[in-house]
Amino acid sequence: MAAVRVEEVLAAAEEQEAEKRRSITVEKELELEYDLGNLLAVDPNPPPAAALRGAGPRREALLRALARDNTQLLVSRLWELPAERAGGAGGPLVAQLPEPTFRLPREKPPPKPRPPTRWEQVARLKGIRRKKKTSLVPAGADPEEDQFARLRREKRERVARNELNRLRNLARAHRAGSAVPAAPLHPTGHQDRDELRRVARVARVSTASLGRFQPRLPKESAEPPSRSGGKKRRFEPLLGNLAAERSRQLELLRDMGSKKPVLDITRAVNKQLRQEEAEAAAANKGKKQSKRGKRGRRQQRPGRSGKKSGGRRQPQQQKPAGGGAGG
Amino acid sequence: LIYCYRKPKTKRAKRFLEKREPKLNENTKNAMLIKGGNANLTVTAVLKDIYAVKKPFAVLYKRKNITRPFEDQTSLEFFSKKSDCSLFLFGSHNKKRPNNLIIGRMFDYHVLDMIELGVEKFVSLKDIKNSKCPEGTKPMLIFAGDVFDVNEEYRRLKSLLIDFFRGPTVPSIRLAGLEYVLHFTAVDGKIYMRSYKVLLKKSGCKIPRIELEEMGPSLDLVMRRTHLASDDLYKLSLKQPKGLKPKKKKNISHDVFGTTYGRIHMQKQDLSKLQTRKMKGLKKRPAEKSAEDDGTTPKKSKSA
Repeated sequence: MAAVRVEEVLAAAEEQEAEKRRSITVEKELELEYDLGNLLAVDPNPPPAAALRGAGPRREALLRALARDNTQLLVSRLWELPAERAGGAGGPLVAQLPEPTFRLPREKPPPKPRPPTRWEQVARLKGIRRKKKTSLVPAGADPEEDQFARLRREKRERVARNELNRLRNLARAHRAGSAVPAAPLHPTGHQDRDELRRVARVARVSTASLGRFQPRLPKESAEPPSRSGGKKRRFEPLLGNLAAERSRQLELLRDMGSKKPVLDITRAVNKQLRQEEAEAAAANKGKKQSKRGKRGRRQQRPGRSGKKSGGRRQPQQQKPAGGGAGG
Repeated sequence: LIYCYRKPKTKRAKRFLEKREPKLNENTKNAMLIKGGNANLTVTAVLKDIYAVKKPFAVLYKRKNITRPFEDQTSLEFFSKKSDCSLFLFGSHNKKRPNNLIIGRMFDYHVLDMIELGVEKFVSLKDIKNSKCPEGTKPMLIFAGDVFDVNEEYRRLKSLLIDFFRGPTVPSIRLAGLEYVLHFTAVDGKIYMRSYKVLLKKSGCKIPRIELEEMGPSLDLVMRRTHLASDDLYKLSLKQPKGLKPKKKKNISHDVFGTTYGRIHMQKQDLSKLQTRKMKGLKKRPAEKSAEDDGTTPKKSKSA
């Protein structure tokens, strides 16, 4: 008896459940395609064309029924998504939507990566990578130590070390013999006389009038420093020392008029021999380096006219001012 | 901001430009609703209603613009560039094409697709005296009809309509706020667009029963001319940058049934050094113990 009643109760309960479920079930020939991320449903079933042809409220009712069925299916799917109560127990029920699957075209083309900056290019070439900044307090530091003082001290040490290295580099570069003083005009205790002289000259000339009105130092030479430093040829002024010019001209005439040869052969030969010996010694010293050119030149030398005796060579260009010959 | 010829001098200008530049995850598409030189009341009403649906992601231009989109697209592109809108709806009316709507979208400020639809019947929001749902509700979209899958033009139209009415992409949604549904039926060469307000009724189980109430604008449309993008341009516009792909987690795999498998890599264990004292499973059970004890003589013999 009890068993039958239990069966009846169960059957009744099942019917009730089915009743409830009937209200939300929808029969469709073909399943809909869902894209829950876009809240989209696509119904591939062809709608009843004949029924929808006639205009009027019947069509509206049909469309509405169709819409209701489709919406029911979509909402059922949405309600099956994992949901939680947002904002505590009393808040609204919120469902987590998946990513939209329907592919839609973009609005703008995807962004291009920006070209690397000049620094980034250089860093990539050299293989420099960003060093991660170590934390302010390195691991295993003494807790009693004053970190700020330590940072200051380390910075001072680094600066001093860099400065020392810089000066050492300068000295090294200078010793290697650069024509231009690497650190001009800085008085250190170790400058030699030539350098000081050079530096003094540079300092004197660095005025607006190029040193013409600078008072001279006590032991400096009195003459104005030649702009070329004595390298190029210098020509005396045309109308300068009349007496010197006169004596020079007379001497020239005398030499031209005299019968005796101006060149003293013995003296010239001796001088030449001495010169050859000196060059041979120098050549033996630097035997490894090729001194061919010098030897070749040396052999040619006796061919040329030897050095004139006496000291001064006559300036070749100077012609006697007036015809000079004769008396 | 990279290709700025004029560098912004204020922070506000910089923000403005950053909003418009191409991004990995794009902004919600804005729509511009434009009236043609000869727009009539119907078409104007349609534009106004669509604007109400698409607020705040739409701009409604008040003045009439004398252009013909199918002939010359420069004016549209200019508007798109100025207002940063990639969707447009252009309404016009003439004897040959009465109540004409051109719906279209842009890619990189150039016209991608344009479809001309004729409005045969229009019922406005104002005409239906029912309660409306709040502005900016994300609508549910339903397309009924096999034509939407079969015909190429209808397929593009479907894509266009989804793009147009989709609204912002959200990660989660309040289930009680699913109030608005747009239903498109394609039958007999016509497209019926209906908007309903969704009422969730008790159904006895968790999922509610749906009742619909006609609400918003309803349109009967017929497809006229189309100007669809070429296949490769369309493909180019669909291309998603690599950064958007979800990163694959190593050593995790899924099988067909949805089970997630993980791989753990262990170092070689020295089995001689295993701690077996702490492993309860290896302890001798009483049955085994008694079997062993029978062999050896216990210290105390238990009297039964």
